[in-house]
Amino acid sequence: MATYEKDFLLRLYGGMVRVRRFEEKAADCFTKGMLAGNIHLCIGQEASVVGSNAALRPTDYITSTHRGHGHLLAKGADSKKMMAELFGKSTGYCHGKGGSMHAADVSLGILGANGIVGAGIPIATGSGMASKIKGTDEVTLCFFGDSASNQGTFHESINMAAAWKLPVVYLCENNHYGVSTEIHRVTNTENLSVRAKAYDIPGVTVDGCDVLAVYEAVKTAVERARAGEGPSLVENVVYRWQGHYCGDPAVYRPKEYLEEAHAHDPIANFRKKLLADGTATEAELDAIDQQMADEIEAAYEFADSSPYPDPSEAFTDVYSEDNERCVAR
Amino acid sequence: MSTLSISKAIREGLHEEMVRDENVVVLGEDMAVMGNVFAITQGFLDEFGPNRVIDTPISESGFTGMAVGMAMRGLRPVVEWMYDDFITVCLDPVMNQAAKMRYMTGGQVKIPIVFRAPIGAGRRNAGQHSQCLEALFTHIPGLKVVCPSTGADAKGLLKSAIRCDDPVVFLEHKLLYAKKEQIPDGEYLIPLGKADVKRPGKDLTILTWSRQVYFSLEAAETLAAQGIDAEVVDLRTLVPLDWEAIRASVQKTGNVMVVEEGVRRGGVGAELAAEIQEELFDDLDAPVARVAGANIVPPFSPPLEDVMFPHPADIVAAAHKLLAK
Repeated sequence: MATYEKDFLLRLYGGMVRVRRFEEKAADCFTKGMLAGNIHLCIGQEASVVGSNAALRPTDYITSTHRGHGHLLAKGADSKKMMAELFGKSTGYCHGKGGSMHAADVSLGILGANGIVGAGIPIATGSGMASKIKGTDEVTLCFFGDSASNQGTFHESINMAAAWKLPVVYLCENNHYGVSTEIHRVTNTENLSVRAKAYDIPGVTVDGCDVLAVYEAVKTAVERARAGEGPSLVENVVYRWQGHYCGDPAVYRPKEYLEEAHAHDPIANFRKKLLADGTATEAELDAIDQQMADEIEAAYEFADSSPYPDPSEAFTDVYSEDNERCVAR
Repeated sequence: MSTLSISKAIREGLHEEMVRDENVVVLGEDMAVMGNVFAITQGFLDEFGPNRVIDTPISESGFTGMAVGMAMRGLRPVVEWMYDDFITVCLDPVMNQAAKMRYMTGGQVKIPIVFRAPIGAGRRNAGQHSQCLEALFTHIPGLKVVCPSTGADAKGLLKSAIRCDDPVVFLEHKLLYAKKEQIPDGEYLIPLGKADVKRPGKDLTILTWSRQVYFSLEAAETLAAQGIDAEVVDLRTLVPLDWEAIRASVQKTGNVMVVEEGVRRGGVGAELAAEIQEELFDDLDAPVARVAGANIVPPFSPPLEDVMFPHPADIVAAAHKLLAK
């Protein structure tokens, strides 16, 4: 770790703590009945979320998934607007029209979470195509899960990106389960990164609970993409501590899964490393913990105290032009 | 005025927009090297280069979804599905992504995509290459739906569709491509959501679009010889709908018939009939009539296919029945 700047390492640590505090707060609010609908939490996947985004420039783009809160926060999303969107409030990113699965901040290069498994993959590919057509050097980082790798969109998109050398990094967060179905029950290969071979692009499997390993692998892929050499497939092996959705008891998983998951806690393990090699003191890390807890508490208070949208807002923004007439008939 | 086939008129409209705005790019199967199966983009590859005229693999879901990402990044993709029937393999990027993205993000993005697709029966292309699926698209909030009949309309409407910041499904009837018509010279636009009275009349309103406009006009001539003066209103766009034009015609004639090639059940005609009967009941002399495609799979054999979609004689017969009520 000596090769990294201290600030950078503490940013990674703080970024992971921020995501976990956000998810824990969201879960708490959901359990208390303050949130409508459903939320999908990324607790346990913070190293993948934060390490990947750390390899990007602010001008780069991401696409996300139904389990997207962390991806967005790590790309720079405002925790207040994120929490308010989960609450369905008018101050949320989408003014309450999208919710957890559709949060986006296009001004930050966040092309949206997505409620359809695998649907973000062609969108990311289109963003890569746009960079190629415009002759600009942004990279698009495409997050998806292990199950999305079995959608046709995965194969169709990577095939096109490889053929046209598009600047896209396909980032598979393999948490082993698609809702209740363990990946190997429906997939023949041990790892998913081997699929890269079919498209003649680089594919690597990474310990997705090690934030620096993730950062390095994604950085390599991002540099390749930015240099015009085309896409890569990075598979981060992670653990989904919660069930598929918040409140899912996940009875379909063996208890060993959670034991293994906790042993791979990306935050606790990184904290130990930072302390062991003298990068930071307990007091410094505690201060970061407190700062993140305060930020998320403020986000909660902002969301909770914000107004709901006026019902008349339901009829706006279906169309950019001639909205009223198109909604009327 | 110059005489052009309708496919050439569409080509002209697309060409003008590509010259005007470098963000307009076309993508789809066989669009570049071959120049499209109906020659819509012939010569485009040489003129605009491979970044703006893109031959895709046969991956409709992939390239249609890609267009959504391109639109979110400021491009104006014109996507072609080789037949509208192929929507079945790429409905998600259209219905769940393109149509909803603006709304779901609280108005953060515009999705200026045109999805072009040939529609229609009569070419003996059988069950999976002959449908008119406009009713399916009108059911999806977030999409606009355009179904031109004439070459002049097709060109002006396509240019407006490309400039529109919303996703537009632009449906072109295959059997009209080769038809030669008068196209105005110079640049012109036809706004979305504006119907056109193709034949004025006082006894009966025929609301129609696409190829059935021609069949309705033919029927109107037959009816005229029989003393019935039919007004043929070409709706041209189904979303947005030109309700003012519909109201004006209905209030003039008091008798309305919707003529469409798509299947009757759940068709656009069903929706129009319901709206008219709810909103304009007092103006009607008789219930709204529908002449539409049969509720069957498009058959292959010519005598079978010919009974699937309406012909001018069907429209004439329906008009007599309506006016007898």
